[in-house]
Formats: sequence, structure tokens, C-alpha cells
Amino acid sequence: MELLIGQMFAGLSLGSVLLLAALGLSLTFGQMGVINMAHGEFMMAGAYTAFVVQQAISDAGASLLVSIPAGFLVGGVLGLVLEAVLLRRMYHRPLDTLLVTFGVALILQQAARDIFGAPSVDVRAPAWLQGNIELLGAPIPLTRLFILGLSLLCLAGLVLLLKATPLGRRIRAVVLNRDLAETSGVSTRRSDQLTFFIGSGLAGIAGVAVTLIGSTSPYLGTNYIVDAFLVVVAGGIGQIKGAVIAAFALGVLQSVFEYSTTASIGKVLILIVIVVFLQLRPQGIFSLITRSLA
Amino acid sequence: MKTLLRGPVGTAAGFTLGAVLLLGVAPAILPAFNLGLLGKFLCFAIVAVGIGLAWGRGGMLTLGQGVFFGLGAYIMAMHMKLADASLFGGSGVPDFMSLYGSGEVPGWWEPFRSPAVTLLAVVLVPGLVALVLGLAIFKRRVKGAYFAILSQALAAAFAVFLIGQQATTGGSNGLNGFRSFFGFDLKDPNNKLMLYMIAAVVLLLSLAVARELMHSRFGELLVAVRDQEERVRFLGYDPATVKTVIYVVAAVLAGVAGALFVPLVGIISPADVGVIPSIAFLIGVAIGGRATLLGPVVGAVCVAAAQSGLSSTFPSFWVYFQGLLFVLVIGFMPGGLASLPALVRRRREVPRGAQPPVPDPPAPGPVKPDPDVPNPAAHGRATAPEEVSR
Repeated sequence: MELLIGQMFAGLSLGSVLLLAALGLSLTFGQMGVINMAHGEFMMAGAYTAFVVQQAISDAGASLLVSIPAGFLVGGVLGLVLEAVLLRRMYHRPLDTLLVTFGVALILQQAARDIFGAPSVDVRAPAWLQGNIELLGAPIPLTRLFILGLSLLCLAGLVLLLKATPLGRRIRAVVLNRDLAETSGVSTRRSDQLTFFIGSGLAGIAGVAVTLIGSTSPYLGTNYIVDAFLVVVAGGIGQIKGAVIAAFALGVLQSVFEYSTTASIGKVLILIVIVVFLQLRPQGIFSLITRSLA
Repeated sequence: MKTLLRGPVGTAAGFTLGAVLLLGVAPAILPAFNLGLLGKFLCFAIVAVGIGLAWGRGGMLTLGQGVFFGLGAYIMAMHMKLADASLFGGSGVPDFMSLYGSGEVPGWWEPFRSPAVTLLAVVLVPGLVALVLGLAIFKRRVKGAYFAILSQALAAAFAVFLIGQQATTGGSNGLNGFRSFFGFDLKDPNNKLMLYMIAAVVLLLSLAVARELMHSRFGELLVAVRDQEERVRFLGYDPATVKTVIYVVAAVLAGVAGALFVPLVGIISPADVGVIPSIAFLIGVAIGGRATLLGPVVGAVCVAAAQSGLSSTFPSFWVYFQGLLFVLVIGFMPGGLASLPALVRRRREVPRGAQPPVPDPPAPGPVKPDPDVPNPAAHGRATAPEEVSR
């Protein structure tokens, strides 16, 4: 029983990390069709932000609380710059954005290596997040609980923003029908910029979060990017609720597979599950009902 | 648009010149070490021919070619390890298995003891994997972006899988330390020359196949699927079949390239097959001109040469350079270098009457490049020989 609960929680916690990483992607990919391979590197930037903030503020608790908004800003600004310099010209070539942003990802990775060095650095978790709590006899690490809470908080914030604010309405309008939104007076240009800022900012927060469960290296982004994309694909493009279900489903599946086989075979099994799933629902769990043929 | 060097005569001339350069001039003037390097670049060029077909012509962004390359390479490497173990070890068990594994050869290695099975598997295994994946994805009309991401995930999973199976695949060290290739000693310079020759011949053959494909009705259909998939479907063709076929062709080419890579380079490891190498294959193709016949080959060889020249001396500079290449070429010159002559020619050409707003009904033979298409595809005719010799 304890083992089962431990496993389930490991899955949930992996799912929450995936969700944090995929939320921003779901937004940028869904709104603009831009496949941002540098999203993982924005996470890395967030993680290094946490590291730098901790150098300045030695108290681990305070530095964590400062890092979260700081990480959001760093990620968001990187996203804004990327959008303004490159992606703005490439909205009619969505597949090529993948390769361009991959180039950006390479540059950011190397920059991190040159600035912080190739060896990984550690960010100390605050004292109130060290240790475990008992849940039905199974030890649950507090850091993972914190990440679960943080990702749910980000999710709630994003859903509120999209559902309950004028800005969110504009973003949803652009997702559903860009041309009609533009003719109705929505500035798609501004909506694109904001979407990119928020989506990349969420990557920054995700980066801060993962410093609690592992060390930070220039390759941090590459560990998450493929899985985050798979979450978006399985969930359905531009579908927040799809991303939520897919993230937790993949997280639980992966911990189950890893427990019953090995990590390496688990990865392959996950991929097979997704391909089979796309046979049933080629558009992902949820898909926007549109009249387009593609 | 017509120059003397187009059509069958020009193609034959270009092809002959390429053959003379690769098979005659290069072995004569290059020292053995550089010839081996060139052989390695030619392997990448073979992969690039396939990517040019699938991506440049078919519009499928395949980010998993490393998987097929790796399948071909690992199959060949497994055979060579087994053969070495029988020839030199006597025990028939590859050396690393005694170190990390149980000292027993796992069952799925056994078929690769036979040279014939190996040669077949090098072609069939990548082809079958691509067939299954292609049918699964294209038949259900999964979006192009999804395909790209799935193929990338495949590369990631493949690399993770290889690293995890330390005892049976050599883990992150990969397979290396080969001594013989189908009974030929790999240290012998003559055999090295032979390997290079094989790679060059395979490259020329794959170019010939690619050219035939491009100029066939199938090739026209492929471009049509790239540009207007729905229209092709409404005309009664099945785009999924077209895409799957070309995906399989690209996979087979990558597998064969991988199988040649192993004896030429002497090592295959997960570092050669994961996400990053898979995407790196694309940049050469993009630089040369993704939709042309020779562009991908020239681009791939140039990038590989630049990489081997720069990455050892200035490793950090090389990564920046590679990143910049992606940004600049894909972002600002999607047609690659091959689009330069076309742009210049379009400037120079005196327009023969006003262009009709509606495109001409497609005449048999090569289609006119459409200036409105953002991806200016030069249409796979042989390029002038000076471009080959670069």
C-alpha cells in the first residue's frame, strides 16, 4: 500500500513538472503554431535565475520566493525578444520555426556553458521544504508537494487569465480565428507578444521549480523539452485541459513503466502509447472543432 | 530558363564529373586520413539525400533520421563485433559483454552473425520501422507539426534506450574497437580505400535513385502533397501513401549510411543518433537547398567538414556557429544556397510577355517554380558542374 501511494505520488509529481513545462508550450504552440524548441532553454534560464538570486540572497526561503517572479520575468523577456527578432517573420512557416528556435536553443545552451561553466550547480532548498510528510504511511517529499502546488497555482492563474480577463478573451479569439479576430479589432500583434511573454515566463517558473528536485546544468532544458512537447501533442494543441490530463497521465504512466521495467524501456513504451493513442484521436485528447481541413 | 546543362545530357555530364571527382581525383590527391574523413562526410551526404527527398520535396520535417542511421549502424556494428569475436577471440562473445554483461550473447544479437542477414537487415529494419511509423502517423492524418515532434521523441527514446542497455549495446560508450569488416582487415590501407570507394558509389547510386524519383510522376505527386495536400486528396490520390513511401526511402538511405559509417569511422555510440545529431543532419540540407538534388549533398559535406575542422579547435565557437546557421539559413534563406542562382537568373531574365495570373496547366516535364511559394524549389535538375566540384 505504501509502495503504491509512493509510486502514484511520484507519477503525480513527475506530471506536475511536465505540466509546468508544457503549460507555456501549449499556449505558444496553440496560439501561434510556433514550435518553440528553445522553451527548454527558457526553463534553463529560469533555473539559473534561481541560482543567481540565491547568490545574492543567501536565505533559501526568501530567495525561492524572489526567484519565482524573477524567473518568470527572465523567461518572458527572452520569449519577447525571440518573438520580436525571429518568429514575427515566420508565422507562415510553422515547421521552420522549430529549426530556427533549435538554433536559438543551441546558442543559449552554449552561452550558459560559457557563463556558468559546464558542471552543474545546485540551488539549496529552503529549510521548510526539507524532509517528508507521511501520507498513509508513505513518505512524500515536501519539495515535490511544493512543485505540485506551484504547478496547480500556475494552471489556475493561466485559466483565470484566459477565461476571465479581456486579454484572455482576445487570446482565445486569436486561437480560434486569427483573421476574424484581427478584423474585429483585436491586435493580433500585441496578443502574440503577450502570449509569448506569458508562455515563456511559465517556462521560467518551471525552471525555478526544477531546481528544487535536481541540479542545474546547461543541458537542463533538453531533459524536459521532448516530454513537454509530447504532453502538448497528446493533449491537443492549444487545449489547456488536454495538457493537464496528458501531463498527469504521462507522469503516472512513466513512473509505472519505470517501476515495472527500466527507465530506458519505459521511455520507448511511453512513445508507443502516444502513437497508439494518436491512432484513436489524431488531434489529441481535445481538439478545437474548426472547419479547416488541416 | 533553359541552359545547355539541363536535361539528360547535362545530368549525365554532371553525374560523370561527380563520379570522376569522388572515385578518381579524391583518392589520388587526398592522404589516407583525409580520405577516411571524406568517407565519413559522404555517409552524412547519403542521409542528406534522403532528407532532401522527404523534407525538401515532401515537406515532412523528419527529426528522427538519427534513429534509422543508428539502426543501420548498430546492426552493422553488432555483426562486426560478433565476427571479430569469432575471428580473434575464439569465444564468439564480444569483449564488452564479458566486461559489463553476463558474458553470454543475447538472443537478439544472434541473427547478425550471418553476413547475409546483416546486409538485409541494414536495409529492411530501418525501412520497416519507418513503414510502421509512417502508416501510423500519415494514415490517420496526424498534423505535420505532430509528426516532427513524434519523430524527435523517437530519436530521444532511441538514445535513452541504447544508453540504458549497457550490457547489450555498450551503453553510452557505444560499440567500437572493430578489427575486421567481412573478413577484411580494417588496418590495411587498401581496405580503407575500398570502404571509401563503396561509400562514394553508394552516394552516387542514391543520387541516381533520388533523381529518378524526382523526375517521375511520383516525384511530381510528392511536391504536390507538400504544397497542397488536400487538393491532392480531392484529386483521388492518397497523400498518406506518397508520404509513407518517401519516408521509407529516406529511412533506408539513412540506414545504409549508418552501416557504412561504422567501418569507416570505427565507432557508433548514442551520441551519433540522438536528438541533436538528428537535427544536425538537417542543417546541411537546408544550407545546400532542401528541395534540390545536389544541394543537400554539397551542404552536408560542407557542414561536416566545417564541423570536423572547427569543433575540435574551437568547440564553443562551433556551437554558436551551428546555432547561427540554423537561425540565419532557415530564417532568412529557406531555399538555401541553391536559391541564389535562381534569384540572380530571375533578375537577369527578360520576361517573355506578362506572366498570366493563373498558372499554366502543368505541361509534362519539370514544373515552373512558383515565385509565390515561400520555399523556392529548384527542380532537381542537374546543377552546373562547377557547383558539383565545390
